[in-house]
Amino acid sequence: MTWEHFHHQADIGIRGIGDTVEQAFEEGAVALMAVICSPEKVEAKECIEIECEADEKDLLFADWINALIYEMDIRKMLFSRFEVHIEKHKLTAKAWGEKTDPDKHELAVEVKAATFMELKAYKDNDNQWIVQCVVDV
Amino acid sequence: MNRKLVKRRGETKWLVERAGKMNVNGVIFGSEQLINEMDDMVVQQVRNVASLPGIVEGSFAMPDAHWGYGFCIGGVAAFDPDKGGVISAGGVGFDIACGVRTLHTGLKSEDIHPIREQIAEALFRKIPAGVGSTGKLRLSVSRLDDLLTQGARWAVENGYGIKDDLQFIEARGCISGADPSQVSDQAKKRQLNEMGTLGSGNHYLEIQKVVEIFDKEAARAFGIEKDDIKISIHCGSRGLGHQIGSDFLKRMATSAKKHGLELPERELACAPLDSPVGKSYLGAMRCGINCALANRQILMHLVREVFADVASKANIQLLYDVSHNTCQEETHTTNGKSKKLFVHRKGATRAWGPNREELPAEYQRIGQPVLIGGTMGTASYILAGTTQSERLAFGSACHGAGRNMSRRAATKKWHGKEVAGRLASEGILIRSRSMRGIAEEAPGAYKDVSKVVEATHNAGLAKKVAKLVPLVCIKG
Repeated sequence: MTWEHFHHQADIGIRGIGDTVEQAFEEGAVALMAVICSPEKVEAKECIEIECEADEKDLLFADWINALIYEMDIRKMLFSRFEVHIEKHKLTAKAWGEKTDPDKHELAVEVKAATFMELKAYKDNDNQWIVQCVVDV
Repeated sequence: MNRKLVKRRGETKWLVERAGKMNVNGVIFGSEQLINEMDDMVVQQVRNVASLPGIVEGSFAMPDAHWGYGFCIGGVAAFDPDKGGVISAGGVGFDIACGVRTLHTGLKSEDIHPIREQIAEALFRKIPAGVGSTGKLRLSVSRLDDLLTQGARWAVENGYGIKDDLQFIEARGCISGADPSQVSDQAKKRQLNEMGTLGSGNHYLEIQKVVEIFDKEAARAFGIEKDDIKISIHCGSRGLGHQIGSDFLKRMATSAKKHGLELPERELACAPLDSPVGKSYLGAMRCGINCALANRQILMHLVREVFADVASKANIQLLYDVSHNTCQEETHTTNGKSKKLFVHRKGATRAWGPNREELPAEYQRIGQPVLIGGTMGTASYILAGTTQSERLAFGSACHGAGRNMSRRAATKKWHGKEVAGRLASEGILIRSRSMRGIAEEAPGAYKDVSKVVEATHNAGLAKKVAKLVPLVCIKG
């Protein structure tokens, strides 16, 4: 399981890869954090819970990313560790992190939203789950 | 761009011929070089927008157009509510009413030079910027609702500015028809402590010096002289606008089928103007516009406070404030008739010509100031709207330089410290809490704004008035 960024002209694409769809969602969240800061500098001090629901897996991924953006914004927190459970159309998750600290977290840029651009959730030929989208910064 | 996709119709006008499901032609403005460098996806997105119901005249793209979400960035399209016209969340974007406010300071470059460092530090301390920053203002939901209805007027009434500021803001500081009951609780919660914050990314607050005047008469009317010090603020509607964008993108995408809309891409999510979702978005999006106008008003007030401390000779007055991510109800002439249309400008600046009632008296003869931001190392421009522009693309012009390199590529190529050091040696002071942010925003990661402005001028979309260069830049 891993994450990566992919190229988009003005913005940036985030991609999570995992053996299970849950792992891919968790890695996708790390990819999001890596747009905003250096996730390895973010300590898992506080835990919050997130729930979202969507009919399709790809839309669920966009909702998951948007839920994280929302939580970061209202709590002024960054996250580095994630635990995702998906049952049918419903996602329940825990995210661990700490308050945003410009001196510690090597901040780069806020993410405004997950977009539907390049939004995908699928199993590739190697039986790996891939979830991805472009985020607007 | 694959040149087979467009047909040249003049020095700076390129036709995307109506075909397939397109209801109107597409028109892209730009010099030959800008068109050659433009992404093919711009043409695809111009075509997609042209296929939406109720579109009138054409689907337009400005000279700084690039691949966006649904609409291209730099996309302009007007819809007729009487012909099944639609409104699109993607046609406005996630940063509702992101825009530029430019201020007079009453100072000349020689006044600023000896105190540049001091001003840079004072602004950096005062202006909340960057990831996770909050403003001093703490709002309750009911006070926020008032702000969302009244825009910059709310800010002035609450002590952030003076009444005279309002006449120099698009829509005189307040868009009517804003309906806070259409804004989600989540969107409001994100904004309770984010008023008066700059944001991050390409947002900035700059002290600029006027280095060139192109149009003496317009410059005189706008109050611009060579060597003047101006201040420009580029930011938008913060968390509230982002959340409204996300909320309605989803609602419009899932309701499209019900409205009989076939979307060529999901990002083009839209709804008929007379549908419940369409009306709801209009009410919410207008709150986003008012939020952005109030936000820039509060930031201007913070600038006044800083200058009162460090350069008391300064007289901070508003030149103009105009957004570049909006959908607004405007009267335009189409097919020889005056019609109320809903004009989407996604990464495009309104550029009205002379004699529009809404313009302040001082600008009536000249046209609306069009404020174009560059990068922290290059130039910004002030242009004036033209009557011709109203015939070309509903009175619209470009909005900035546009990136030509991804953020990741920029951080691989440059280090923030190195970029800030190089700019300092050129006389430009950068202040930011994020070295990575500076690298991602390095001037080299953007297209040449001068070429975009030149093409805008040559196309007649707006006329060049003045060129400004940065002296101090506060980045998120």
